[in-house]
Amino acid sequence: MTTKLTVTRSGALTTIQDAGRRGLAHLGVPRSGALDAPAMDLANRLAGNPKGTAVLETTLTGCALRPDRPVTIVVGGAPCAVTVDGRPAPWGAPVRVPAGAVLDAGPATGGLRSYLAVSGGIAVDPVLGSRATDLLSGLGPDPLAEGTVLPVGRARPVPVLPVAAPWPAPPAELVLPVRLGPRADWFTEDGLRTFLSAVFTVSAHSNRIGLRTEGPALERVAEGELPSEGMVLGAVQVPPDGRPVVFLHDHPTTGGYPVIAVVAPEALAAAAQAAPGIPVRFTPSR
Amino acid sequence: MSGDLVVRPVGRQALLVELPDADRTGALHAELLRRRAAGTLPPVGEIVPGARTILLDGVPDPGPLARRLRDWDVPSAPPADGDVVTVPVVYDGPDLADVAALWGVAEDEVGALHSSYTYRVAFCGFAPGFGYLTGLPGELHVPRRSTPRTRVPAGSVALAGPYSAVYPRATPGGWQIIGTMPDPSALWDPARERAALLSPGTLVRYAPLPRGSAPDPAPQSPEGLDLPRSQSAADRSSDGEGR
Repeated sequence: MTTKLTVTRSGALTTIQDAGRRGLAHLGVPRSGALDAPAMDLANRLAGNPKGTAVLETTLTGCALRPDRPVTIVVGGAPCAVTVDGRPAPWGAPVRVPAGAVLDAGPATGGLRSYLAVSGGIAVDPVLGSRATDLLSGLGPDPLAEGTVLPVGRARPVPVLPVAAPWPAPPAELVLPVRLGPRADWFTEDGLRTFLSAVFTVSAHSNRIGLRTEGPALERVAEGELPSEGMVLGAVQVPPDGRPVVFLHDHPTTGGYPVIAVVAPEALAAAAQAAPGIPVRFTPSR
Repeated sequence: MSGDLVVRPVGRQALLVELPDADRTGALHAELLRRRAAGTLPPVGEIVPGARTILLDGVPDPGPLARRLRDWDVPSAPPADGDVVTVPVVYDGPDLADVAALWGVAEDEVGALHSSYTYRVAFCGFAPGFGYLTGLPGELHVPRRSTPRTRVPAGSVALAGPYSAVYPRATPGGWQIIGTMPDPSALWDPARERAALLSPGTLVRYAPLPRGSAPDPAPQSPEGLDLPRSQSAADRSSDGEGR
């Protein structure tokens, strides 16, 4: 018999995520997958799951689940209050949830996205090799709604690990190391200087497709559009309004706005946890 | 090939190869696929053609590949002997009259003219299974509509600039719609071995069907691609299908 989880509170946006879809960008398929991959990996490890097991990714307001059999759940990523049937439970460590009890991962007290790893993993059918919800192209399962029932895979024993797992704190300020190019030459010297010296802020319009910013507009050498070209994760695309957008996992695979720089991949987990209003700086890196 | 391509680094693990035109882009794309199949290409995660570029992403050591690319001897045209995919079309689109006027032909001649060429999928993007098909001669290129539609039905056959395309699912869009592919579910099926009917390099012919021969409009099978999604049009990225 398969264990099932019923979603009793879906939160603002809760999706199923894993390591995403690779090798299909040429067909227009975004990679998708958990935006804060290190947080997903650690939550899975603490839950006894192999790397890449499907988890839940919440946004800002958490979510709540009721299992029909006892399960172990780890809530990590953005810090939040965790309760089981209203009683406080640990965040960032395995929690045993009895059958019929409700585990509630509350609103994030810092950062944006919490990860719920269930021992055994979320066992929905994969699409093109992944269980990830892709909001740009609509691949994978729909975002969770109240009443959604999720199958859970067969659990392995939960490992005995150090109690204090190294969860990084959400950023109070986001510093994104970038390499300029491939279209830095579309910007004036002034535009490039602004890009590397100004303080932007994270826009509330950010989503899984891109981290949008507010701040000074970057001056371009020429108007017009590029013929469509391939886009990488972490590309900093600059639309005509001049405000940089950092492409996250659900980004389009091709696009026609110039990419001024590319963010170092290891900085993207912090970008996924940067709440609206947080200052952002782009700094040159090798 | 040497001398007419520019290789730009993209972050630490990707290269953007820029070519003078769509034909050279197609030729290099075909060569990259040949070399990968032959096992002579260094590890590359994604090979993503664009209009006049090819992105090589997930390259652990891009430096040596960037240097070597310039010395490749690439046949000037992609092979034209591949399998040709036939896309049946009923030429009944809402922009047929506008396109006829732009082309200077009668409305009922648009289909005959549009289906007289062989097209090639230059690149994909915008949505899974959405291919940008080149092959229309320059004098038949048409501008995008000044006001995009909020919903273009799945199966719409449309034109913009140098491209022709078939919409795999309903999305907003600004292209000129000239016809309908009766069963668009053939375009994209993630459960199929080859999810996309049209992938970069695929050759395509449009086959005109008599008006009234298509179910009305495109069939909406429950397993098809028109399932409502919670994602709104406004949540889509800034990338439009017109570039």
